[in-house]
Amino acid sequence: MGDYIFKLPDIGEGVVEGEIVLWHVKVGDSVAEDDDIVDIMTDKATVTIPSPTSGIVTEFSGEVGDMVAVGSTLVTFSTDENTSNQVEKEPVPEEIIKPVVEEKIILEPVKEEKTKQIPKQIPKPIPAVTQSKQITSSNGNSRVLASPAVRRRAREAELDLSIISGSGPAGRIRHADLDAYIAAGGTVTGAPPTSYSTKRTGTNEIKVVGLRRKIAEQMVKSKFSIPHFSYFEEIDVTELEELRQMLNASRDDNQPKLTYLPFIMMALAKIMPNHEECNALYDDENNIVTQHSAIHLGIATQTDRGLFVPVVKHVEAMDIWQSAAEMQRVSGAARNGTASLDDLSGSTFTITSLGRDGGLGATPIINHPEVSILGIHKAREMPVVKDGKVVIRRIMNVSSSFDHRIVDGANGAALIQALKRMLEYPALIFM
Amino acid sequence: MSENRKCQVLIVGAGPGGYVAAIRSAQLGLETIIVEGDKPGGVCLNIGCIPSKAIIHAAERYESLTKHSADNGHMGITINDNPNLDMKGIVEWKDTIVQRLTKGVEALVKGSGAELINGWATFSSSKQCTVKTNQGDIIIDAENVIIATGSTHIDLPFMPCDEEFILSSTGALSLQKLPKKVAIVGGGYIGLELGCALSKLGSEVTVIEGMDSILGIMDKEIRRPLEIWLKKNKVTVHTNALARGSKIKGKGASSKVELTFEKDSEEHKITVDKVLVTVGRSPNSKGWGLENMGIRMDTSGRFIRIDRQCRTSAPGVYAIGDVAGEPMLAHKASAQGEMVAEIISGEKREFDKVAIPAIVFTEPEIVSVGLTPDEAKERGEEIITGKFPLAANGRALTLEAEKTGGFIRVTARESDHVILGIQAVGSHVAELHGEFVLALEMGALLEDIADTVHAHPTMTEAFHESVLKSLGHAIHSA
Repeated sequence: MGDYIFKLPDIGEGVVEGEIVLWHVKVGDSVAEDDDIVDIMTDKATVTIPSPTSGIVTEFSGEVGDMVAVGSTLVTFSTDENTSNQVEKEPVPEEIIKPVVEEKIILEPVKEEKTKQIPKQIPKPIPAVTQSKQITSSNGNSRVLASPAVRRRAREAELDLSIISGSGPAGRIRHADLDAYIAAGGTVTGAPPTSYSTKRTGTNEIKVVGLRRKIAEQMVKSKFSIPHFSYFEEIDVTELEELRQMLNASRDDNQPKLTYLPFIMMALAKIMPNHEECNALYDDENNIVTQHSAIHLGIATQTDRGLFVPVVKHVEAMDIWQSAAEMQRVSGAARNGTASLDDLSGSTFTITSLGRDGGLGATPIINHPEVSILGIHKAREMPVVKDGKVVIRRIMNVSSSFDHRIVDGANGAALIQALKRMLEYPALIFM
Repeated sequence: MSENRKCQVLIVGAGPGGYVAAIRSAQLGLETIIVEGDKPGGVCLNIGCIPSKAIIHAAERYESLTKHSADNGHMGITINDNPNLDMKGIVEWKDTIVQRLTKGVEALVKGSGAELINGWATFSSSKQCTVKTNQGDIIIDAENVIIATGSTHIDLPFMPCDEEFILSSTGALSLQKLPKKVAIVGGGYIGLELGCALSKLGSEVTVIEGMDSILGIMDKEIRRPLEIWLKKNKVTVHTNALARGSKIKGKGASSKVELTFEKDSEEHKITVDKVLVTVGRSPNSKGWGLENMGIRMDTSGRFIRIDRQCRTSAPGVYAIGDVAGEPMLAHKASAQGEMVAEIISGEKREFDKVAIPAIVFTEPEIVSVGLTPDEAKERGEEIITGKFPLAANGRALTLEAEKTGGFIRVTARESDHVILGIQAVGSHVAELHGEFVLALEMGALLEDIADTVHAHPTMTEAFHESVLKSLGHAIHSA
């Protein structure tokens, strides 16, 4: 029997600490080598840490929400060396234990330990237990409720039942749910729920940790410290739509498809030199406003993990294709979690767009310490009066918010009116 | 002279895991060879499940005949003479059933197109083995291997089974004469099933159990009726008692065994005709070249380590049944065997069973499927339970099945009524278990069972009522 102390390893990118966002195991659980044990969120990424050994978890050195420093104790395992594997020696636990125990004395050179450790690991046959992708889980609370026939169909279709919501009682996944999921190409989860006699009494308590906590803190900071004023306008994008269609139709294969966003980005870059007070950062503790001549546009991006604001830098130096491509790159990186620190910082102005769910209007919250934010809504055909006649035009609403401490009402309105002019006469963007 | 053979699927061991795997893989068009060192059917058919159930049934019959031949008879039926017990006759009758089934298995395997080779396989690498047969050695190279070597009873080192005085379950199932006194070392399900049967046949039975209760796999409430039955039927149970040794006393036909055991730090001695040792089973991982296959064992070092598809650490080598881990139950092995054959044929399968039913054929019978209330609570579930006594079930009364104090108990999650486990205890309850397992596999809610019509008069109504009880509205219960 032996205690195995596992410390938070160096997870790269100069990260010195991380927040525990999810324990995959409980004290008393027996874990196998390579089982997931904990999710640690650092400034920019969430990393799942696998178990370095097989054993029983005897102690956690932190709760969900706690910060842990690299090199500090994370988990203690009790490893039973006496009964472990008589047929094949497993050298790995011993190999790892030694360097980690040494580490107790010197806290600093964690990185060194790590690099020393890796070549020592002896190549092993792929452990059979970890090679299978677990499609359904059949143990205890977490089991997916579905009949054997539904489970078989899902496995054959290589679908993960745990992400399909069931419409049956207690969330049981029925054949119909699977049909609906497959028919929708995996975008819709399950058939509409039907009501059954079972009363729903459960509540779901979710600890606000990790990215959600960071989002919450940032929102509070923005909303509590910045006196927002919001301003709305509608923009006739009929001409812009024609231009967009034409450009898309004639684009090269290696050019991205254009949405409205790149045009708006280009227009902002064009008009911003006349509205410098809006492209600024306000350090409200030191009372300094820094106006930027570079246009670094933050693009609010919804991801599975929550809201991210990746940044397209120096839009003023790009053409429309470049800005579209760069926007796709950074938002894609934010979505799949590969965005670098640089991709996620440095914006001077933020655009938020809900895309298909754009709605009519919103009151966007300024991305502190910026002073302006622009919200884009869905363009739709509307009857409008033009030259005394009712005609059908394509109309897009924009909502904007400004830090009223820095940006006066007239200045904010002027920016939006300039933008309107650009978008209604899109040739101006390129002049 | 040795013959060389090749096949797509090689199965070692023709027990309930292996023979099912062989039939299924042949059905799927795979060239299949199954090697068996003994008779097909494994422990289950030859010296386990089936023969024990035959003896148990015979014992039940004898017990009821004894009641009818008592002074006032029973239920209006009186037999004027005493029934005669011929142990040899019972064993012969049991053997005819076993033979019929093992022949049946052999015919099914052959009929499916799989080839059954009788001999002992020894592996030289993960995919190659040499089978010693009466006709000479056969070297088999297989694309896929399914290890289904099963398990063997565990001997006590200080009193190994000689099958004459110290019996394993094998010997106990082939008794030529009913022993007057029997001591059973190990109060698990195997010992207790045979203990109940021997007691019904008229043996004086003593159970020596090392733990603080018999049948530790079941919870206190569910094993209570069995404990009462044992008491009523004068079966002596010593718990926290450890067998220490045995001595053969006397000579020839009158020899007896003196068994020494320790209880409360005191040494006790009892003299019996036979000692039955049922202290557990051990996987067969030795004697057939496992060490040459490069296969990883599990953390206990006893079982072959497998994943959810029964794959071992050697590519193309699978392990199923007792040799691949708990629970060591025939039906688990069969289900794994069927699945592995399908995986080899390219189908996507995974062993994702919600529950593996466990049944103990004691008097009364005990069934457990899924979680017990205690287990559910340990997992942090908020639960509701419903318990319905067989004494309130009409059919149970007509079968005298209520006499052993049985009941059915259902456990469900309080919030959404998903059924988490079902246990039953009582005479004849084993046959009720199919619905219990189906309920768990289908993800049934209490309401699913409540809204299913259960035929009257049957004992299945008791399950329905236990569910109604958990919902607070049982009909036939106060």
